[in-house]
Amino acid sequence: MNNKRSPFIFSVLAFGYAFLYIPLVSVIVYSFNDSRLATVWGGFSTRWYGELLRNDQVLDAALLSLRIAVTTATFATILGTMLGLVLARFGNFRGRTLLTGMITSPLVMPEVITGLSLLLLFVSLHGLFGWPATRGFSTITIAHITFAMAYVTVIVRSRLAAMDQSLEEAAMDLGCRPLRVVFDITIPLIAPAMISGWLLAFTLSLDDLVISSFVSGPGASTLPMLIFSKVRLGVTPDINALASIIILLVSLGVVAAWLVSRRMQKSLPSN
Amino acid sequence: MGNQTATNKQLTEQPWLDSTAQPFIVIENVSKHFGDFVAVNNVNLNIYKGELFSILGASGCGKTTLLRMLAGFETPTSGRILIDGIDVTDVPPYWRPVNMMFQSYAIFPHMTVFENVAYGLRKEGVQPAEIEKRVADMLELVQLGGYGKRKPTQLSGGERQRVALARALVKRPKVLLLDEPLAALDKKLREHTQFELMNIQDELGITFVVVTHDQEEAMILSSRIAVMKQGGFIQVGMPKEVYEYPGSRYVADFIGTVNLLEAKIESKDGDQIVAAAPEMANHVRAYTDLQLEVGDSVCIAIRPEKIYISQNEPDNDDDDRVAGVIEDFGYFGNLSLYRVRLESGRIIQVSAQNRRRSVERFLEWDDKVFLSWRVRSAVVLTA
Repeated sequence: MNNKRSPFIFSVLAFGYAFLYIPLVSVIVYSFNDSRLATVWGGFSTRWYGELLRNDQVLDAALLSLRIAVTTATFATILGTMLGLVLARFGNFRGRTLLTGMITSPLVMPEVITGLSLLLLFVSLHGLFGWPATRGFSTITIAHITFAMAYVTVIVRSRLAAMDQSLEEAAMDLGCRPLRVVFDITIPLIAPAMISGWLLAFTLSLDDLVISSFVSGPGASTLPMLIFSKVRLGVTPDINALASIIILLVSLGVVAAWLVSRRMQKSLPSN
Repeated sequence: MGNQTATNKQLTEQPWLDSTAQPFIVIENVSKHFGDFVAVNNVNLNIYKGELFSILGASGCGKTTLLRMLAGFETPTSGRILIDGIDVTDVPPYWRPVNMMFQSYAIFPHMTVFENVAYGLRKEGVQPAEIEKRVADMLELVQLGGYGKRKPTQLSGGERQRVALARALVKRPKVLLLDEPLAALDKKLREHTQFELMNIQDELGITFVVVTHDQEEAMILSSRIAVMKQGGFIQVGMPKEVYEYPGSRYVADFIGTVNLLEAKIESKDGDQIVAAAPEMANHVRAYTDLQLEVGDSVCIAIRPEKIYISQNEPDNDDDDRVAGVIEDFGYFGNLSLYRVRLESGRIIQVSAQNRRRSVERFLEWDDKVFLSWRVRSAVVLTA
């Protein structure tokens, strides 16, 4: 092996990037297409972005998706952090192995199964208690929390595992009660993990199509559901514009998560 | 040892010799089991007020578990622990009059130096003005005056160690526990910090309990050392006692270097014995208090620095001696270490001060040499 980068490695890299990003770039390029036909170039225009803003259907769906994503991310972070703490700090309690398995199962379970089982749950709950009266915001949010929580748990738990446990012991040694230690020491130190967990849960919720489709009811369409139903009638240029906006939002989210994780590494003591 | 009558001064400095002195920390029949594993096995120990007591042992000997039981992070499976006359066996760490300096220092990374040191006082509900004063005084004591606003990431290893020390001391604990206090520091800094730690202990009069695997650290710091092995103490004593009068092969070998010779007692006259050591070609003499009979197998221990090495045969018959050939040697600047092969093939380690300044070697490989030592330097071991 020599230090000069071989042309083979370079071409693999180029091919890989091309494979990943050419579709995205073409979506963005075509979102500025003046033509009504999505695949024929008709000159530069931003008219589809304007049209998008006047489309109440799209705006409603976007708003619903954002509301669901924010609620999901917040609850998933709270619950996931609690679970991570229990798994990382409470030693071996009865049912720990079972809990570990159950926590990670949403990560590997096919979405169709998760969606279907949640739908069945909501339908039978409605039959028994009359709740949920309609399926929409609340059912989709509950469904999203169930799987997003698993991701947060994994992130928080690995951060806790990397954290020096004697920090918490030192606080206790200095006269701090155990519950107070969580707020004084543990949460400030795992905050970066909680933030990246929140961002991940937010993105997952915003992206989800399959589970949302199962548990939503009439009149409640999230953005991915709306796009999917529109695309079935043929790709229109305003979808390209919408997709471009989503790409921009997701990219910002990824950059934010990267910045947070970089700070997290820096704040770790260097001994 | 204990056979001379102790004076009053000795009794204040060495309260463990005084049978009427009240111990400050009492560890009574303490055991700790983790499942089937016995980490600490029925340990008894008295530590007196103002001592700097070291628990010394190889890793996995149970010393850290014992320290964690003193801090309250582990509860003994059986037995009890008293501090200043109060049974603290079931008292949680946040109510114990004890503070600990952790091996990793455990400085809170999200707080400044001042906030770190003030943390314990805030939890105690001390008035802000007093906190300000006590933290400043304590930072001054550990020579970190003016460091209050710094973040832990801006500190060197030695400074972090002193923050950890200040944070543990500022609460004025009855006992300070130190887990491998100097292990993370480099050699030069460690030597400096050792003396600093002793001065601070002297100034505050707080009882220190140190856990360490570093025998040198324990020797320099401590008033007394407890050598621990497989969950139990095998010898407790002042550093000099443990070094010069080891009670067993393990202690002799663990603390410092030693030449151990298997021997059989051939004759006995009062406390002097003459033993045949097959590896030595001739007899070895030694003095011992142990009740031994002719024919008993013993082990004779001789420290490398107690042996004189010379090219001429010494004519002093009061000393024991043996001839050998230099197999190997190492030059350390202040001293040289020789490995001398006896006729039996046995290697004996000898260390000698390099008193003369010279680049020429005084002894070379394959030089024929004589080793001699005072009969009183030989230690008789049975365990």
